[in-house]
Amino acid sequence: MDNVIRRRTPGARLSRFVVYAVLVGMALVYLMPLVIMLLTSIKPLEEIRPGTLLALPQAPTLAPWITAWGEACTGMRCEGIGGYFWNSFSIVIPAVAISTGIGALNGYVLTQWRFKGSEVFFALMLFGCFVPFQVVLLPMARTLGWLGLSSSTAGLVLVHVVFGIAFTTLFFRNFYVAVPRELVSAAKLDGAGFLRIFWRILLPVSAPIIVVSVIWQFTQIWNDFLFGVAFSAYETQPVTVALNNLVNTSTGVKKYNVNMAAAMIAALPTLIVYVLAGKYFVRGLTAGSVKG
Amino acid sequence: MATLQLKQVVKEFGDARVIKGVDLEVHDREFVVFVGPSGCGKSTLLRMIAGLESTSSGDIVIDGERINEVAPADRGLAMVFQSYALYPHMTVEDNMGFSLRLAGVAKAQRREKVLAAARILQLEPLLDRKPKALSGGQRQRVAIGRAIVRNPSIFLFDEPLSNLDAALRVKMRIELARLHDELDATMIYVTHDQIEAMTMADKIVVLQNGLVEQVGSPMELYHHPRNLFVAGFIGSPKMNFLEVRVIGAGPDGVTIELPSGATCEVPVAGEGLAAGSTLTLGIRPEHLYESEQAVVEGEIVVIERLGGETCLYLQAGDDSMTVVTDGDVAHRVHDKVSLAFEPRRAHLFDAEGDALPSLHRHPLAAMKRGENRASSSPTPDDQ
Repeated sequence: MDNVIRRRTPGARLSRFVVYAVLVGMALVYLMPLVIMLLTSIKPLEEIRPGTLLALPQAPTLAPWITAWGEACTGMRCEGIGGYFWNSFSIVIPAVAISTGIGALNGYVLTQWRFKGSEVFFALMLFGCFVPFQVVLLPMARTLGWLGLSSSTAGLVLVHVVFGIAFTTLFFRNFYVAVPRELVSAAKLDGAGFLRIFWRILLPVSAPIIVVSVIWQFTQIWNDFLFGVAFSAYETQPVTVALNNLVNTSTGVKKYNVNMAAAMIAALPTLIVYVLAGKYFVRGLTAGSVKG
Repeated sequence: MATLQLKQVVKEFGDARVIKGVDLEVHDREFVVFVGPSGCGKSTLLRMIAGLESTSSGDIVIDGERINEVAPADRGLAMVFQSYALYPHMTVEDNMGFSLRLAGVAKAQRREKVLAAARILQLEPLLDRKPKALSGGQRQRVAIGRAIVRNPSIFLFDEPLSNLDAALRVKMRIELARLHDELDATMIYVTHDQIEAMTMADKIVVLQNGLVEQVGSPMELYHHPRNLFVAGFIGSPKMNFLEVRVIGAGPDGVTIELPSGATCEVPVAGEGLAAGSTLTLGIRPEHLYESEQAVVEGEIVVIERLGGETCLYLQAGDDSMTVVTDGDVAHRVHDKVSLAFEPRRAHLFDAEGDALPSLHRHPLAAMKRGENRASSSPTPDDQ
């Protein structure tokens, strides 16, 4: 784009200005809630009461964060959301790892070891991306019961893996479709078998799409509320459910600052993942669309 | 020592027959080129030999052993691909040594073999680089090096030069020919480029629609094409075809009448041909020359001057003709020229497109590429 030579007319300058103004305006609209949340979470309650949402804190304090983490009441107990925060991790980490691994293997088979009906199989798999969660709540509850996984962390991991596979398969399949078949042919002639080709040839070049899959799965599973509320017990609740309970627990005054701090804590991991790996996310999504 | 036989080899994809029964014999240390237009099945045939495609029916035999069900890695073959297919995350050395590593060869031995192959191809300075830091020609050499390291009984090449620019292609062509001599290996090479086929092959296999049209040395295919397809495919510019009428046929050849009304006797076996029947006359552009005889007359439509030679594109009645002539001719577009040819240089094809067998074998027809230098330049004149 930059190397296109264009004459800058006053009209062009004006339209450029309008474009930037709109972009900045939209960015502000998007950032506003985050700013208010942050500001509110470090204000003492007295400063919140006047309703001056955007006012800077006079006496900033981390007390609401500490309360949210370890003392706030979620339902009957008052232990904060800290424990549930780790609950979420113990659901998310295995679920992301397993679903990404299976997705990679599926994508590998669907592109490099095509079998009769593999296209139909892939189409059905894609269909899995569009199944509404609500539809499977009851059957899934029965299934988890049969498996003896009701209300357990393992059960939630299973649910998220099952739902995630459709997406991760899609990601990896579309990435591996761009890997030349000759690469796999060469490895076959060199004496590598099914798993060795996957491990030694394909996985090492899959970094961009692994990042995409991990970010996608991490955000989806971390932010999940429905499955968390439906299939967990009190001890295995993910942080999203705990946050809801915290906000809805009404004993006396509503502590907005604590609520906001808890919401920030719950949102932080996905935020961090995006900040750290966001550029790889975009790069991975567009990889394969352009020949390398 | 490595010989390869294909016996009635067939490949079907669903209902589509891609290879329709191919018989072929490849001798030890032979350089065989599969050539044909795109979609003729040449690459599929190569992948079947490599074991990358299954064989629907027929036998593939290497050194007397049927290998249809043998895994690709265990066939003793190595293949060089059009896209080079180098492992992008490995260095040149690891690329070349990958097969040895999988086979469990110790590191020191591996390095030794890789270095030996790298020396042949002058790849030593590049061993620590990744493929993306290499030029196209270097990548191609690494791909060949990876094949050499495996010490295969047969090398397979799948259009290895088509991704290179013209100058590099000529260079690699010569390098491959040198490699063939140096390694003393059996090589099978697939290309759509008839010049690559002509320059490198001991034996050319012309394929079309999954069938072998003709097998022979380059000079045999050039001088004795078996049918219209081979005649048109081998040689550049393409052979001229004219419809002619039979006047008579005798033991010395077939007498024909050209569209211009001129007659000549072509020395091919055609006894029993009825006077008045039509045949197709084939004459190569380089075998036409200007002459008062005026066997063919035409108007120049386009002139291509290459310096050393000139291509004239003519309109002769309803026929388009191509003539390759001297670089110094002074003709201009729209000039009229009259041309003649030596009857023994002409080919005749019947209504089915099959060539009438020539009564004289060209003396170079049985010559192989390797003999070119050794033999004491025989005259092309056979009469």
